[in-house]
Amino acid sequence: MNTPLRRLATVVVVMFLALMLSSTWVQFVTAPDLNADERNVRTLYREFGTPRGPIVVGGETVASSVPVDDVFGYQRVYTDGPLYAHLTGYYSVVYRRSEMESAMNTELNGTADSLFLRRLQDLVTGRQPQGAIVETTVDPAVQQAAWDALGDQRGAVVALDPRTGAILALVSKPAYDPAALASHTQADATAAWEAYAADEGRPMVNRALRGDLYPPGSVFKIVTAAAALENGLDPAEEIPAPVELDLPLTSRTLPNFGGAACSPTGTQTLGDALRISCNTAFGQLGLDLGADVLRQQAEAFGFSEALSVPMRVTESSFPADPDAPQTALSAIGQYEVRVTPLQVAMLSAAVANDGVLMRPYSVAAVRSADLEVVDRTAADEMGRAVSRETARELTEMMIGVVENGSGRAARIDGVQVAGKTGTAQTGNENDAHAWFTAFAPADDPQIAVAVVVENGGSLGSEATGGAVAAPIARAVIQAALQ
Amino acid sequence: MATVIPYRARPGRHLELLLLVPALLLGVGAYALVGIATQDTVPAGITGYAVGLVGLALGMHLVLRWRAPYADPVLLPVVVALNGIGLAMIYRLDLAYALRGRETDFAGRQLGWTALAVVLAAVVLVVLRDHRTLRRYTYTAMIVALGLIALPLVPGLGAQINGAQIWIRIAGFSFQPAELGKIALAVFFAGYLVTNRDTLALAGPKVLGLQLPRPRDLGPILLVWAASLAVLIFQRDLGTSLLFFGLFVAMLYIATERLSWIVIGMVLFAGGAFVAASTFAHVNARFEAWLNAFDNAVFNASPGGSGQLVRGLFGMANGGLMGTGWGEGRPDLVPFAESDFIVASLGEELGLTGLLAMLLAYLVLAQRGLRTAIGVRDGFGKLLAGGLSFVVAFQCFVVVGGVTRLIPLTGLTMPFLAYGGSSLLANWVIVALLLRISDSARRPTAAVPPVPGAPAPVAVLEDDVPAAGVAGPAGDGPDQETERIDVGDLR
Repeated sequence: MNTPLRRLATVVVVMFLALMLSSTWVQFVTAPDLNADERNVRTLYREFGTPRGPIVVGGETVASSVPVDDVFGYQRVYTDGPLYAHLTGYYSVVYRRSEMESAMNTELNGTADSLFLRRLQDLVTGRQPQGAIVETTVDPAVQQAAWDALGDQRGAVVALDPRTGAILALVSKPAYDPAALASHTQADATAAWEAYAADEGRPMVNRALRGDLYPPGSVFKIVTAAAALENGLDPAEEIPAPVELDLPLTSRTLPNFGGAACSPTGTQTLGDALRISCNTAFGQLGLDLGADVLRQQAEAFGFSEALSVPMRVTESSFPADPDAPQTALSAIGQYEVRVTPLQVAMLSAAVANDGVLMRPYSVAAVRSADLEVVDRTAADEMGRAVSRETARELTEMMIGVVENGSGRAARIDGVQVAGKTGTAQTGNENDAHAWFTAFAPADDPQIAVAVVVENGGSLGSEATGGAVAAPIARAVIQAALQ
Repeated sequence: MATVIPYRARPGRHLELLLLVPALLLGVGAYALVGIATQDTVPAGITGYAVGLVGLALGMHLVLRWRAPYADPVLLPVVVALNGIGLAMIYRLDLAYALRGRETDFAGRQLGWTALAVVLAAVVLVVLRDHRTLRRYTYTAMIVALGLIALPLVPGLGAQINGAQIWIRIAGFSFQPAELGKIALAVFFAGYLVTNRDTLALAGPKVLGLQLPRPRDLGPILLVWAASLAVLIFQRDLGTSLLFFGLFVAMLYIATERLSWIVIGMVLFAGGAFVAASTFAHVNARFEAWLNAFDNAVFNASPGGSGQLVRGLFGMANGGLMGTGWGEGRPDLVPFAESDFIVASLGEELGLTGLLAMLLAYLVLAQRGLRTAIGVRDGFGKLLAGGLSFVVAFQCFVVVGGVTRLIPLTGLTMPFLAYGGSSLLANWVIVALLLRISDSARRPTAAVPPVPGAPAPVAVLEDDVPAAGVAGPAGDGPDQETERIDVGDLR
């Protein structure tokens, strides 16, 4: 019986060799794939187990990690969660992360390449690795003013420093509370998420940067006017401004807002047309300039470019191949022109900054845990949107809008404000969106702002950009200039 | 080529004591490291724990000095090391569960079971002076084995845990009777086969180079096959079924040296398993979870999905080559991390390196057991030691193979490591039996006392049958099962 026993011993060795091979296969060969599997929650636990850096607004921490005595080790807490929800985003065990928490994740958790030397020091000195501090460009006073002024209305406010592109305010309403999603109790987080997802106001949609995008309506006339000026139109020249514009190829006509005439003579200057937001004049300009010229001008203002600020921003778009009537409608910001509030703020900002468009950003600096600056964002030119001369002329016209035109609600004593209203048809039975964009002071611009109030906000069908959105922009500008 | 080679018998008890030092250091050290990693201090109960573990090991050592001085010196240290590492991991999982708000005292209970198991092993060594005594209880063992296996099916007594009906529950304690059943089965098989090996081996036609058994000799194997399939179908446990059948085929092979038995056995089992897989949903689910483990639908299926298996794989992958270290991983994310999946837990925290080291320890255990089988002089002892050694190795194969997705996952637990009283008791008794047989195998021939009813000890040691070209028992009589004892083999 010894021969079979010896053979059995060999069989046992073979069995164990098979086990060793299969263990090696799991723990070494396929381990990277297994670790990367999205169903593997260990990566998340590891990340939650290290202290994550805070997000700072105006010297105050708005998102930070505090040690807790549970399996994760650290709880993300948000002060003024809803106010900054669409800036910070959430950091959730169940739903991962969004916005700044997502875009700056490697800095916040300390694994970014820029923090390599820090990690090396931590390794050598035995210090516990810590995430970096992210300082935002947002001004808490401006943010709060935008939040308060928008009130319970659905919409968004974006404010920029036109000289640098720094984002001073980023509000989208309705908002949600990221703290609810950051709960370590899965049931609580899930319940909060489901409640937000079921909310018809869609609080988790960032209307300022993404969302479904809006038709810009008359605020797009800044682009059309810029294109006209860049293509040689003299601001003093009278241009046709009929009561109704015959749309080529169709039997339809383009009326003015409320069916009124723009001028008794049927012609007016570009400045007057912009001041009272004359649809027929701009429709005709669009027909004269053509879709390609309009699109080029829109792209010079930043259209068609997907930005990261560092949060992802959906690109604003001008229709690809419109026919003549569609071009006329596009020239007044209707048809298929779609914009983000950030893009509209960039229109004002470029005009304010002598025609130079600055790249928008929201991270001022990244600091290591001991406050050493690791990275500071430098202002960056995206390009020249219009010539210095055109920018000056547009500024004059936009001052006229606020002083004596459709945007009088944005007037501020002692400060010259340049702006443009918009009342965008939504193409269905809903009320129009109210727009206003402006910058101030006109001679030394410090802030450019865009406001959109969905479906006219509290005024509903009675709303216009001048009535609903302009007062909000006014409040934001006042907060910035104080 | 019969030769008599005199050799000086070395009991090996000093070596055993020496080997117990690193074995105990592993267990106690791991326990301390768990505390340091999770709470920055050695666990409060470390002294009591160390005293308990060292006391049990030393007690067993002393029993061996007293009752089995020639027993294999490697078996006990290997088992103590594995048992200690298992305890540390179970304690570590208690701490992890506590963090998640689930108060468990698996470690305390496991330590209690360990104590009971070691005491039982010592009792076996003290009471059972000669393993050949067990041969008298061949058919008693069969009835006990069948009774133990069928016990979970008794209404009111059996409990279904994790889908398998292989547990009984008495006074709040869960128990897997099949664990003890495998010992009784091994005793029965050894006694039955040592009597009937000649007819099983010699009679029958030869087909395609395979010596087939006579149809009427197929009776017992068909009976065991049916019993193991019954376990698979009625108790929903592929592992136990596979274990029993593997044990039987292996012992049949040892007894008859007929490859045909292995072929017949594997064909029968594979066929039975295939039919069961295509007929019974719960068996099919096990195969599905094995083959398409990463399929999302299979992963999320509950019960019967691959979620536990894949989570175990995630844990092991997280450990990688060197492991996360004691207390640094998240083995508690895998369901049943302290029992069915303790291998994945250890793979995560000790890494591939630690897992391979533990597999080697089991391999050493099995090989020392098989060496004992070769060394012992009586056929019953050879079959029993061979069968018990193989069943431990095979259980490791089924468990680790299941966890690493080499074979379908079963409900078996890793001997000595996993949480579970029945498993600990059974495996310590197996070790006691192996120690008892090894004492007999390594004892100088003159010192073997004659036992009434057992074959008289063979004074002249026979050279081993030439390894190449085994002509079959016709060449050298079936009773010439002894061989030259190589001193180097046994030391």
